[in-house]
Amino acid sequence: MTDRIITQAAPNLAEQFPEWVKPDARQGYQGYLVDSPHLVEVMRALRDQYGYDYLSSVTGVDYYPEDLMEVVYHLYRSIGGRSLVLKAQTNRTESHVPSLVSVYPGAEFQEREAWDLLGIRFDGHPDLRRILTWEGFSGHPLRKDWKEPFFEEDIKPFKSRWPEGHVRRIEDSNPYQNNLQYPAGFNPESWSPEGEDPLYRTLTRGNGKGGFKTDQMIVNLGPQHPSTHGVFRMVAVLDGENVVDLKPVMGYLHRNHEKIGERNTFLQIMPFTDRLDYVSSMSNNFGYALAVEKLMGVQVPERAEYIRVIMAELTRVMSHLFSAGFLLNDLGAYFTPSLYVIEERELILDIFEEVSGSRMMCNYFRFGGVVRDLPEGLLTKIKRLVTDRIPRKLEDLDNYLTKNEIVRSRCEGIGVLTAEDAIALSASGPMLRASGVPYDIRRADPYSIYDRFDFDVVVKYHGDIYDRYLVRMDEIRQSLRILEQAIRDIPEGPILAGKPQYTVRVPAGEAYGRIEAPKGELGYYVVSNGKPNPHRYHVRAPSFINLTSLARMSKDEKIADVVAILGSIDIVLGEVDR
Amino acid sequence: MSPENLNHPDVPVPPDLQGRVTVTTLDKIYNWGRVNSLWPMMFGLACCAIEMIATAASRYDFARFGMEVMRPSPRQADVMIVSGTVTKKMVPQIVRLYNQMPEPKYVLAMGACASGGGPFKEGYSVVPGIDRFIPVDVYIPGCPPTPQSLINGLMTLQKLIQTQSLKTVRWYTKEPNQPIPVPVLGPDLMDPRQYDLISMQNEQIEAPAEVMEGEENSHD
Repeated sequence: MTDRIITQAAPNLAEQFPEWVKPDARQGYQGYLVDSPHLVEVMRALRDQYGYDYLSSVTGVDYYPEDLMEVVYHLYRSIGGRSLVLKAQTNRTESHVPSLVSVYPGAEFQEREAWDLLGIRFDGHPDLRRILTWEGFSGHPLRKDWKEPFFEEDIKPFKSRWPEGHVRRIEDSNPYQNNLQYPAGFNPESWSPEGEDPLYRTLTRGNGKGGFKTDQMIVNLGPQHPSTHGVFRMVAVLDGENVVDLKPVMGYLHRNHEKIGERNTFLQIMPFTDRLDYVSSMSNNFGYALAVEKLMGVQVPERAEYIRVIMAELTRVMSHLFSAGFLLNDLGAYFTPSLYVIEERELILDIFEEVSGSRMMCNYFRFGGVVRDLPEGLLTKIKRLVTDRIPRKLEDLDNYLTKNEIVRSRCEGIGVLTAEDAIALSASGPMLRASGVPYDIRRADPYSIYDRFDFDVVVKYHGDIYDRYLVRMDEIRQSLRILEQAIRDIPEGPILAGKPQYTVRVPAGEAYGRIEAPKGELGYYVVSNGKPNPHRYHVRAPSFINLTSLARMSKDEKIADVVAILGSIDIVLGEVDR
Repeated sequence: MSPENLNHPDVPVPPDLQGRVTVTTLDKIYNWGRVNSLWPMMFGLACCAIEMIATAASRYDFARFGMEVMRPSPRQADVMIVSGTVTKKMVPQIVRLYNQMPEPKYVLAMGACASGGGPFKEGYSVVPGIDRFIPVDVYIPGCPPTPQSLINGLMTLQKLIQTQSLKTVRWYTKEPNQPIPVPVLGPDLMDPRQYDLISMQNEQIEAPAEVMEGEENSHD
């Protein structure tokens, strides 16, 4: 390892490791192909010598009918800059690549997901179990040759619905009249369930350090629990009241975004993105539109860019308010603080309803712009909200909550995540910034027109629950600053590049569009092969990856605080499970 | 139901006692009480749960209809609002929660997903409608339904409750109520009521080759 970390230019890996690495020369692709046996060495060199310390996304692509399975890694420097894309190839029948958990612990859940959905085995992974489906599930659903029970055709639009226009019920073609299929010769009477034992076996038991002579106890929180923000489950090993080990269990809201997305046309995916992080649908639209626009090479008109920024920042205000309210819920201030923030949220929802026709599921962005222009008088309404109403509300919240004795004693110093851990565990968004890493994609790798606005990247240094709360509150203030500038500067003009189209032409290639969503880095990895449907559509969901650090933060805390720690991560289950 | 409706039409109340005395049937007074204190279970599945929270908050405020006491425990709840997509991994828990609710109990399927799978119906791990497992009383359309539709759905449920009679309701019949068998997660979701059908189908039908290959992968 060299003394100085090279952070200026992107490394030329093909020169550095001529035998192991070669540039990805396929049309529309970028980055490097790495020989999979040497993947860990290359990654370690990148982290230690070139400063690529942040592993953003790990996913797989199934190039059926070729016998090729590819794992795609997106790396960043935590000081900012463009991405480095690495790929490791393997075959389809015996898919396996080395696990990167030893270099980037943040890869843990993403590798488990790739194993679960694509059947890629990660050698050396400490806990390679299924994550979104359940142990014993038959097959790996994102493989291109795996067919779901309600399978009609590979791609939409399905012939059954178009052009004849007659619809038949898909249930009628299934022997169970239901969304079910079983392997041949399967007999439920002679089948024995795997149960939860594989999960419980992975939990580490402590050595009674707490000084308690009590037995250690396994406690399940969720999936039906008032403080898990949906259908999320945690399994904790307790020594007295202290958490010895904790494992998140998810997949209770796994709705097959990616499989459905790969059957859909590009535009049909847009409304599905709304339902990922259902508290902030406009941001989800934004990230997906960016990814596809990168592939298409469209230039978005000025006015549309401003509208996009206004909507994304309103979403951030709304989402952060919501999370502050629900954090207080988790602390025991049952529903009263939430009522205050939901009141403001409703006003923002009114704006969304006015522009898009729907309160929550906006489906407002299109490739190259937005679907319709702002109605008359809306900007005045937004301006009043931004300059008058929300700042006053924030002051109220500060008075009631930020200085509140109970809030401070419950939150300060609890659930600490250090800056090194936060980067290593691929935490993003307010989590990362509360740990002292000033990384905001709007500044670190600017997209859209964020480079024009004057705003600060909020950063706090303690990495506890209280700092995460403060980061969110301050970010609302910064968003209001951006909103004021955007409302002042928004020009007249077209709102969509070209004509509105149902079927867009997307050239073959890959693109990764990422934005600073309210929860963290929201990335969309899209692979197109020139057809009307994406070949691969992957969502790098911030809530999901932020959960990787939950176990680290909860260790040695009290079980009652775990609920608050989870609240401070601010997860939305639609995005965790997709 | 207003107190005027509570009064039995055939029994006139003298004018000086009106407003203080009402003569009514047992069914009516029983339902009157139940209708105005529905306790929903605090149970959110997906996007619709956010709209359910919005309905509970100050702007829409379903406390106006006596429904504000959201209970996290099924043992204390009357209404299960299935608010969101039901996945195969979650449905055993939902059925168990339903079994744990005491009678009288009602189920509201909120939104397209709970009613019939919605936009995610074609997905491999989504249950196309919770009514395949537990009986649903009211379906609310929408994706997600607005708070107004949710309140309308709850009021429809109130109307439904008013039509019930002590003589016929299932929780006062002599036969004990059978709990609904909890589905099991195997290679796919398995309803214990369908075990015979499943083993019969799989003996008869050769599965397509792709499924067999996937199955081998999952067991290595």
